[in-house]
Order: sequence, then C-alpha cells, then structure tokens
Amino acid sequence: MVQNLADAQVTARVAESTLENGLKVLLLEEHKAPVVTVHIWYRVGARNEQPGITGLSHLLEHMMFKGTSMVGPGQFSRIIKKNGGRDNAFTSEDYTGYFETFASDRVELALKLEADRMRGLLLDPKEVESEKKVVMEERRLRTDDDPVSALREAMEAVAFESHPYRQPVIGWMTDIEGLRRGDLVRYYNMYYVPNNAVLIVVGDFKGEELLPKIRHYFGSIPRAADPPAVRAVEPEQRGERRVLLKKEAELPFVFMGYHVPNLKQPDNFALEVLAYILSGGKSGRIYKSLVYEKQLALFAGGGYERESIDPNLFPLYASVMPGKTAEEVEQALTAEIERVKNELISDRELQKAKNQIEAGFLFGQDSVFNLARQLAEYEIVADWRTWEAYLPGIRAVTAADLQRVAKTYLTPDNRTVAVLIPEKMKK
Amino acid sequence: MRRYGWTLSFSLSLLLLLPVVVAAAPLAERQILENGLTLLVRSSRALPIVTIKVTVQAGSLWEPAERAGLADLTALLLTRGTTTRTAAQIDESVDFIGASLSSSAGRDFSEVDLTLLKKDIPKGLELLADVLLHPIFEQGEIARKVRELKAALRKRQEDPGEVAEEVFNQLVFGTHPYGRPLEGNETSLTAITRNEIVGFYRDHYTPERTFITIVGDVDQREIVSRIRTVLGSWPKGKGSVKRAMEPAPLQEKIVVKKVDRRVTQANIILGHQGIRRDNPDFYALTVMNYILGGGGFSSRLVERIRERNGWAYDVSSQFSPGLEPGSFQVVLQTKNETAGPAIQEVVRELRRIREQGVTDQELVDAKAYLTGSFPLRLDTNAKLAGLISAVEYYKLGLDYADRYQTLIENVRKDDILRVARIYLRPEGYVLVVVADQVKAAFSESDKR
Repeated sequence: MVQNLADAQVTARVAESTLENGLKVLLLEEHKAPVVTVHIWYRVGARNEQPGITGLSHLLEHMMFKGTSMVGPGQFSRIIKKNGGRDNAFTSEDYTGYFETFASDRVELALKLEADRMRGLLLDPKEVESEKKVVMEERRLRTDDDPVSALREAMEAVAFESHPYRQPVIGWMTDIEGLRRGDLVRYYNMYYVPNNAVLIVVGDFKGEELLPKIRHYFGSIPRAADPPAVRAVEPEQRGERRVLLKKEAELPFVFMGYHVPNLKQPDNFALEVLAYILSGGKSGRIYKSLVYEKQLALFAGGGYERESIDPNLFPLYASVMPGKTAEEVEQALTAEIERVKNELISDRELQKAKNQIEAGFLFGQDSVFNLARQLAEYEIVADWRTWEAYLPGIRAVTAADLQRVAKTYLTPDNRTVAVLIPEKMKK
Repeated sequence: MRRYGWTLSFSLSLLLLLPVVVAAAPLAERQILENGLTLLVRSSRALPIVTIKVTVQAGSLWEPAERAGLADLTALLLTRGTTTRTAAQIDESVDFIGASLSSSAGRDFSEVDLTLLKKDIPKGLELLADVLLHPIFEQGEIARKVRELKAALRKRQEDPGEVAEEVFNQLVFGTHPYGRPLEGNETSLTAITRNEIVGFYRDHYTPERTFITIVGDVDQREIVSRIRTVLGSWPKGKGSVKRAMEPAPLQEKIVVKKVDRRVTQANIILGHQGIRRDNPDFYALTVMNYILGGGGFSSRLVERIRERNGWAYDVSSQFSPGLEPGSFQVVLQTKNETAGPAIQEVVRELRRIREQGVTDQELVDAKAYLTGSFPLRLDTNAKLAGLISAVEYYKLGLDYADRYQTLIENVRKDDILRVARIYLRPEGYVLVVVADQVKAAFSESDKR
C-alpha cells in the first residue's frame, strides 16, 4: 500500500560526480522550499584515533571554526548568520560533518567558505589551548555530569576490546588535556583532503549551474595520499561482560549491547525490523511490557547501530522505576529477547514494524537537512547507493528471519551489560 | 557537536532575510466550524504526509495551585484509553499505520500531535476525534501515569541543569503556575482525583477553546469537510473558566540560591521576570537578546565566556514570553572553579548593553539573521505547524511572516537601549548555582 509511494526512491534523483582531485559530489534537487543545505563530511572520526589521542577528531572539528588566513577566528558562523543561515558540525565514530543551511541564493557562500577551510586552517596555538578548555567543559556537560551517558561510555569501553569503537568520540578527559597543536596539524593534513571528503548539496538549486561553481571552488585543491585504513577487527566475544558504574543518581539504569553485523551484511534488514518489533512506538514489545504492563521501567527501548563502517552494537536500555531493581529490569529485557527466539512473530506485528519503517522513510524526507544527512551517512559508511536497498530489503524480511537473527546474535555470551548504581544524592 | 540548539522564546526561533521577497500569502487558511472549532490549513504537496496539531486553551495556567500537574495529567491521559479503545489498542492502531500520536500540556496551552501518511487520514482522524471527544480517564491508567510522573520528577534530580531550572522558576514566579514544573509535585499528584481530571477535561476541552492546524498533502475543502464529519458534533462548552493572571512582581533585589551536588560543573541560571508575548517591545527585545546571548556564535556572551575565556561550552540568554510574562534568563555551565568569574562576566555584559547599547554593525547583522533565516522556519511540515499554531494562539495574525520582517527591520539603536534599560535588571535578579559548593565557592562580591 505504502509501497508505491516510497518506491519513488529519492536516490533515483541524486546526481553523483567525482572531481579530478577525488572529491565526491552528490547533488539532490528539492524545490519545495526556497532553502538549500550544504554538507561536507570527512571520512575521519573516533575510529581513526589511538589511545592517548582520543578526542582529536572532535577537537579538530571545533578548530575548523577558529580561523584561516581568509576568515578570522569565530567569523565563519558570523558570516553564515549574517546571510540568514545556520551552520554547525558534528563528530561521530566514523565521520566529521559540517553544514550550512540557508535561503537557496546563498549557496555559493558555503562553497567558498568550506573550500577555504578544507586546506587553509591556521590552528593558532592560543586558539587551540582555549578551545581545549571549551571541549573539556563539553565533556563535563555531556558525559561526566550525566550518569546515563557516562554509563553508555562505560559499556562501549567494555563491549569492544580491540576496535577503536571502544573510545568515546569526545575523548577521555586526560587525552583532551594532553592534545597538542602538532597532533592537530598532522591529523588535518592527513584527513582534510578532497579525496577523503564528500560534498552533498540538497535543496532548491539547479545542478547544472551548481556543479561548475563546485569545480571552481574545490577543483584546484590538490589530491593527497589516501589516509591509512583502520585495520582493527573486533574478535568474537566468548562470554558475557559486565560493567558497573557508581555515580550520584536517583534511579538505576541498565544498558545491554550485543555485537551485530552492520548494513554491509544481509542480516541487517532482519535486525532493523527486529529493532522496531522491540522498540518501535508505544506498542513496541519493550515499552509495552517493561513500561506499560509491568511498570518496571520509566522508559525503555533499543536500537540498532546499522549505519556504521565496522560492525557495531544492538543496544537495549531501561531506566529503572523507584522500588524496582536493575536485576528485575535486566531479566525482563532478556525475557523479551528470548520470546523472539521462542515464538514466531505474527503477520500483523511484522507488518506493523514494516509500516513504521516505510512511513518513517517518508517522514524523514521532509527536511533537506535530513536528506543530506542520510545521503552523507550512507556514503561514508558504505556507499550512498546502499540506501536504495533499504526498503526492498526490509520488505523481504520474514518472521523466520527475525527468529534466526535473534538466535544468532542476541545471545548472553555476545553481550555486555552495564548497570548504573546510584549513589545517594546530596539534598 | 560544537554547539547547542537554538531556542528563542516559545519555539519562535526567528525569521527571514535578504533581499528575498517573502511570499505575501497568509501562513494558512482559517475556517471556523459551526461549533466554534477553528481550522487552519496549509497545503504542502511535496510528500504524501500530513501533520496535525490540536491546540487547546488548557495549560497549567488554568489549574489550581493545590492541584499542580492537573493540566499535564489530563493531556497525557487523552491517549490512554477512550470509551471504545484501550490504551494498548490506541498504541497499536497508531503504530500499525506508522503514525505518531502524542499529547502534552504546556503552561499556556495543551497539544495533541498527529503525524501520518496521507493515505491514512480517515483512520487517523477517527483516532484523533476519539481521544479528543471520548477519553475515559480510567482509574488504573491514572494511577499508572501518576507513578510515572513521580518517577520522572525524581529522575530529573539527576540533571543539574533541570534542578537549576526548577529552583530558578520557583524563586522568580513563586506560587504562579510559571513557577512550578508542569508535572506538579509528589503531593499534588497524590491529591488529584479522577473527578477533578474529568472536570478539567469537561471545562477546558471544548471546540471554541480549540484550534487545529493541518499542514501537508491535503486539499483544504476536503480536509475541512472530513474534520467537520468527525468533530462537528463536539458540543460547545458551558461554563466560564478562570486562569492565573499576572505573577507577583519580583522583589527588587539580588537573590542567590546555592544547591550542593557532586558535579564537575556549576550549572548557573541568572535572570528575572521577562515579558508577555503581546508586549509591543517583543521585536526590539528579540534583536537586543540576539546580540546579548541569543545569537549563538554571534552573541556577546558566547564571545566573552566561551571564545575569549574557554569557560563554557554553552552559554545563552533568552526571554520566554507567554500569555503572562515568562522569564529572562542567562544559562551557562562551567567547571566549579570558574563559576565566580563567569557570573561576574555575565553581569558585566548585562550592564554594558544597558549603558552603551549596541553598535551599528551588531544591529545590521542581527536584523540580517533574524529576517534572513525566515525560510528555515517554514521548510518542514512540523516547523510550519508549530509556527502557525503559535501565531494563532498568540493572535499574531496569519500575515505574520511579512509583518515580522517589517517589525524587525524597524528596530533602531535607541529602541535597543530603551528595552535593555527597561527589561534587564542587573540590580535585581535571581541567581541559582547548582554545583559542588566547596569547589565553586565565590564570594558575594563576585556578583556585584
């Protein structure tokens, strides 16, 4: 029913080109609103870091706003704003992304500024020291003083033994403190090169007019050596791992993470549907059972880290209700996993999950920003064309597939359980 | 991430620029049904999806102080069962069509939101009408929701920013609804009875107190007739209802409240009462506040506290205007040890903008952003629905997009100075510091 709607695949309208210096360009015209979003994502993130320099990708992201010979420190965002635009950036395990969104007649400004900072960063030592302090504050805000994020960090550090996904994107505090200008310069020269970037423009423009402008601004930036590949492979987990974290908090919290394949493996579609069966909306099994029926959890759910360069986790989480215990919650989460293994899911429930995915696919196209983000993410972790395989892959999933992937991957030996143990709050 | 989201006032973050000509078309078509229900429709045919937002004059302003949380509880329970559907059946029906349905209360109004595919409009409207017209408020569901809300209030104590916000509002607004959490508190939640919920629903959820905003792939006439079919028989309200009016003015002095927590950062809020949304100075204040602390990396506070000193990741100022004067606040987090100097810097900036106003360049840049970013407020169905409903609720007129341009453009330097002097009060504010107080020790002289 929804099928014919979503089959008007948005990917069919993407125009791909690669400049001679290796910069990949993806253009998608969307004329419903007079706005445009320009994204440039670099293939570098926490995955490319080593112990001792964690947080380097993220600090460099901050430094990208701190001045080139053409644009003074802090001026980048001011220029964008003066033009009615919004800009920002983000760093993940797999990538570092930058974007500007504004009225479509400003598109060239973004190209000019992004081309300038791709190779023109000054990395002034004073600015580096000042920005390190800002990032340390960011870490305090987002992780150290937030018990749930601190728990997630602890879980990931234990779930991965050898793969850099064990490292927090923001970096360990002592690593951030120890980062030096030299580290940034080396990293910038290695990764911020056209052959390690993808440029995505989505919105109200004409591709045939825009491409020459892109060539004009980026074409003369020389190609560099391809950055070194990350070769780490996480070995198979042979037995459950546990991590406890004691922090000042009111309520216990439980995370569970199972190692699963990513979107490059055929099982990804069944895992995606399974994530919706377990936690899609208020009728998802985990919410319905733990939050609504048993009232063990204040909120609970899960997800699937599918769009990831290397295999990642299938996380489940629950915030424990007052008067209940982490053990009860853990057992209830495990029971939901076991139920999927032991009972075939009904046709209606399977259809419901697929309907949610199909509808979500369409809702997600309402914003040019989100379209650009999706294209960029697929391109970085695999290839943007893999997005095309998403809905057909989802539609082909059967109840038997769900049972099989649950039995294969969601086993106690393959998981890490992290529990937050609240220490008394000062009152 | 390198920075924080934007919130400027009640989700009115702000509008369009350039020599771009804004469409002179109204934001939506308005139609009023026979029972007083107002419909606002905006067709947007790019994707086969629809967003529907129901806005009801039933915020916490309308609840009695000893029943704090009544408005929120009533709104949340709408989707937890009707005379013909259980909560689980509602959840399943919504999820089966890949839709989302949620309801919540705010201080000024309550909302029910539905996002769905165009093809599911008949089913979606049937569900929406059912939760609006026939909620059952079953005792077991009330008890469940009350337990959840009490747990949520407890969990919120884990977040030092939320703790600061709660303490700040209480000190600035006292017993006024703006001074308390929407969820109420342990005591008031325990006290609320089913009869009170039913009564609140009956008195406030009536068609003449409600409007519905529809944005997406719809034909105006067709959707109006569909809504008339399911909601046309919704009976008008009978009684008159009362609400809390203006909060008592804040005393003209500095009030400092410290909360001790084992945290690495001091969470600081400094501010006082602000303005009502219908205050004509709203536009001059918007420009002033953009320059002071609302404009992210273009603001003075970010420049001084983050860029120059590296004291904070996030610092911002905002007015939160509502039907009644909301707050003005400066919010920041900094390691315990730099709390004192950061607060000093904030007060210095408040004084500076009151004494010296702003430069020509700052004014030009602020207006360029505020007017130029307008298209970004209209580029998704959800944003459009939010803007249209706010414009309708606060009676700003469906020509708001065009008027906003003019109102912002007309702000002059002396307006900025005037509003800064009236509405910023560096001599009489509330300062809340949630921190490890031993490490964050700052002397009383720090805040002068």
